[in-house]
Amino acid sequence: MNPLVLWFHKLGSPPYFYRLAGRLLPWLWGLGLISLAVGLYGGLVLAPSDYQQSDAFRIIYVHVPSAWMSLFIYGFMALNGFIALIWRIKLSETLAMAAAPIGAAFTFICLATGSLWGKPMWGTWWTWDARLTSELVLLFLYFGVMGLYQAIEDRRQASRAAAFLALVGIVNLPIVHFSVNWWNTLHQGSTVRLFGPSLIDSRMLWPLLIMAIATKFLFAASLLSRARVDLLELEAGKDWARQVALADGDAA
Amino acid sequence: MNPTRKRRLVVISLILGAVGIAAALTVLALQQNITYLYTPVEVQAGKVPPDARFRLGGMVKAGSIQRAGDSLKTGFTVTDGDADLAVEYTGILPDLFREKQSVVATGRMEGSRFVASEVLAKHDENYVPRDVAEAMAKAHKKHEVSEGAPAAQ
Repeated sequence: MNPLVLWFHKLGSPPYFYRLAGRLLPWLWGLGLISLAVGLYGGLVLAPSDYQQSDAFRIIYVHVPSAWMSLFIYGFMALNGFIALIWRIKLSETLAMAAAPIGAAFTFICLATGSLWGKPMWGTWWTWDARLTSELVLLFLYFGVMGLYQAIEDRRQASRAAAFLALVGIVNLPIVHFSVNWWNTLHQGSTVRLFGPSLIDSRMLWPLLIMAIATKFLFAASLLSRARVDLLELEAGKDWARQVALADGDAA
Repeated sequence: MNPTRKRRLVVISLILGAVGIAAALTVLALQQNITYLYTPVEVQAGKVPPDARFRLGGMVKAGSIQRAGDSLKTGFTVTDGDADLAVEYTGILPDLFREKQSVVATGRMEGSRFVASEVLAKHDENYVPRDVAEAMAKAHKKHEVSEGAPAAQ
């Protein structure tokens, strides 16, 4: 068998994933916290203030990376849900469900910081324009996935039902992203562009990109921590889980 | 791939396709119905029902802001390049409110004036450090370019 495919099969096995995640975790937390510190220092201290908004623009360093993560994590959750529904891989079910609360948290941070910025800049905490409304719908989709998962007794059935909801909700992602282009919104369009030049000075841009990397690491670290616990719980009766529990008991 | 998985893959892909098409149709339908704001041209063309509360969007015309000395009353003109509309507002304006700034005002027409109960400033997607904005403004002044540069504060 192709070594990559073999590794992929191995990765799907809970004990292998549990050990691998355990080894990766300190690195992910470390890199996440370091890049978070660098990004925040760069954004809040080093970056020059904006000519119109002065220092209020600095909310971008929390708001925009959270907004990106809210979409990214939803995509990740839906992808794992897709794999879980078709191949019934336990790990994918666990990862999808472990990602949901983290995604909801980022979505909430995005909405809350946007609201804090909106009051002084726009003049209102909230307005029902297409971008804000679709992002709020995204938060409710996360809540729906989490609620459905908790509402069903059997863990594996619950995660498949919730995965299906997550998969259907994916239609909201392009709506959130393109809402500022499709409709007249109060929310501004995209500043940082994948194609073409970004509409932000490079001295302001680099901390933003570092923050985007930091949030990725923090998401990965948080996800793996949660998934490890969930896997132990799911496989509580299995030998490997008992061994882990015994080893932890010896160490303590 | 075994037949069970293949069947699941087909079923889920079909459901996703159907949901995607439904969403696309909804978005297309809303494209014509959701109007967050009207511009002065649309207002003057009679696209807004009389006495309706609506949002007016456009740019604050340069030199049009008049503040009353004894109250919070402010008058200004909103333009979209093709048409102008006089707006009256009593209250505190957002930080970003200034000349040549995009605003969204909520209110209704009273005669030929738009009386706003809320004025929101729209921010654009450009972020410029203060020193760069000043340098640009200076260069534009030197070369007598009047439009296009963000005015330094």
